[in-house]
Amino acid sequence: MIRIALKMLFGDRGKYVMLISGITFATLLMAQGMSLFCGLMSWTYSTMRNVNVPIWVADPKVEQCNDNKPMRDTDTTRVRSVDGVAWAVPLYQGISMARLADGASKMITLIGLDNNTLIGAPTRIIAGRLEDLRMPNTVILDDFGVERLSAGRACPIRVGDVFEINDREARIVAICQSYRSFTGGPYVFTTYDRAVQYAPNQRKMLSFILAAPQPGLTDQEVAQRIAAGTGLAAFTQHEFMWSTILWYIKNTGIPINVGTIVIIGFFIGAAISGQTFYSFVLENTRHFAALRAMGASSGTLCAMLLAQAVLVGFIGYGIGLGLVSVLGNNLLRLGKVPFLMLWQITAVVGGAVLVIVALSALIGILRIARLEPAIVFR
Amino acid sequence: MNTTGIQIQSVDKSFGRGQARTVVLKKTDFAAETGRLTMLVGPSGCGKTTLLSIIAGTLHADGGAVEVLGQRLDRMGADAVARFRSRNLGFIFQQFNLIPTLTAAENVSVPLVIQGFGHRHAERKAREVLDWVGLSDHVNFRPAKMSGGQQQRVAIARALVHEPPIILCDEPTSSLDSENGHHVMELLRKAATQKDRLVLVVTHDNRTYGFADHMAEMEDGRIFRTLTTQEEIRAHHPPGS
Ligand SMILES: Nc1ncnc2c1ncn2[C@@H]1O[C@H](COP(=O)(O)OP(=O)(O)OP(=O)(O)O)[C@@H](O)[C@H]1O
Ligand SMILES: [Mg+2]
Repeated sequence: MIRIALKMLFGDRGKYVMLISGITFATLLMAQGMSLFCGLMSWTYSTMRNVNVPIWVADPKVEQCNDNKPMRDTDTTRVRSVDGVAWAVPLYQGISMARLADGASKMITLIGLDNNTLIGAPTRIIAGRLEDLRMPNTVILDDFGVERLSAGRACPIRVGDVFEINDREARIVAICQSYRSFTGGPYVFTTYDRAVQYAPNQRKMLSFILAAPQPGLTDQEVAQRIAAGTGLAAFTQHEFMWSTILWYIKNTGIPINVGTIVIIGFFIGAAISGQTFYSFVLENTRHFAALRAMGASSGTLCAMLLAQAVLVGFIGYGIGLGLVSVLGNNLLRLGKVPFLMLWQITAVVGGAVLVIVALSALIGILRIARLEPAIVFR
Repeated sequence: MNTTGIQIQSVDKSFGRGQARTVVLKKTDFAAETGRLTMLVGPSGCGKTTLLSIIAGTLHADGGAVEVLGQRLDRMGADAVARFRSRNLGFIFQQFNLIPTLTAAENVSVPLVIQGFGHRHAERKAREVLDWVGLSDHVNFRPAKMSGGQQQRVAIARALVHEPPIILCDEPTSSLDSENGHHVMELLRKAATQKDRLVLVVTHDNRTYGFADHMAEMEDGRIFRTLTTQEEIRAHHPPGS
């Protein structure tokens, strides 16, 4: 009977296409919205992904890694003296303006690394040498920075070229790959002391203290000891990532905007496929009644409707996910939009599609359940 | 051997309530035997389809006894009646009721598939029966590609494919011209007499009365006359009248 059910559905090409489009559309909107959300969220903690150390120490009021409430330089020493800390180094993070040869300005995220150890330096160098950062007035630019700062030049900016940060010379000694920042500016890495010179003068410049536990101790234990011993906020990398993501969820309109897209996707999909399926069932009422009169049980008719709905859901979901990944990959290639399709997203969207499909089938089943087989004689 | 296949005693049926209530069957009695073509005739609205639906178990009588092949349908649950129908009854409707997206062979195989037979077996059997109704070269045609007479022959094949002892037909010829109607009635008669089936035809198409072995005449919800031989039928309904 399932075969007969599917043939009934395939035969009605208009409805069949309509049903699949409804599910495809719902899948597309929901998966796209959620991937956008996850992508945006992954951008919020890019500084942490780029620097990548076990423990982050910050001013007690700091909740997320793009916040800047500077501490005193002496705080680094206080953290070092906490029992169980293997090392602790300063990190500067701030927004600055880079000025190009033609006078145009671009926003950058400036990172100042510990002068001696360069802890937190980029690991994926694609041109030049990290060690050259010890030479005067030098910086490392990320590949996105190359794209940004090259705008309007005859040939792209490269190692050895010079630009200005707040009127001071910055010579590029290496190009690296990095994760895109939430603010949208490229990353520029330099040493802590030089970053302090580049940055507009403030009394305190220390954004974060990076630390690591001694062997045998967990990140969490040592973070707790630092917090207790210094009164500063200390997070493991994992805690700080979630703290950052939650901060953006609580304090920005992103979840509402994305949530709206996802909910609209769900309801439009449910409306299109529910409505189309219902009219499919209505048009076939006579045939379902005839099957009932010929002795098909209610269970069989329900199974037929479910099979029809599930098949449509499956195809629509597949096409939808395919479209999302093609679209997402193109967006990623353009580099303008965040996009991160986790497997959890495909599972959640799959679940939502199943709900839509089950609802559609249920509408049909309720219709068929009220069916008097005697109507076939009318 | 002619044995009683359908026995209806004192059946009541009404629709609606209060002011809108219409009493359709009033203590109606009816019987039909196997191996013969029984016609149930009467003016429009007299209750023929209602009686047929009660015999088919697709409609519940308000009271009385409905016995089909020795089983009391009025005492069975809905699922048991459905199972009984799938094994013992074949249906032919005025509107053919073929599924438009299935081929002739697939449509004919439906009753076997409902009973749980595999598609291959069901379609092989379907082809044999389509051959019997003279449609061996139309097995892969969709209903839309066939004439009304051909569609009704597909419907006859569908009613016969699972070899039910009883075939119920409601106005099988009234959507057809007289030639196709004639052909359909010939097939139904052949189904009754060659295979010892009970064929019950509800009709008010007097061009087909000559095919009946037995005729129950209905008016206003009651059987008022039963004609039990072809001679009697010819006497009361002379051909061409
Ligand atoms: N489901 C229903 N609800 C209300 N009234 C009904 C219903 N089914 C049948 N009736 C009424 O019962 C009466 C008999 O109907 P039925 O269909 O049995 O007549 P019929 O003899 O088959 O007529 P026809 O030759 O026109 O098909 C009619 O008056 C009809 O209006
Ligand atoms: Mg009728």
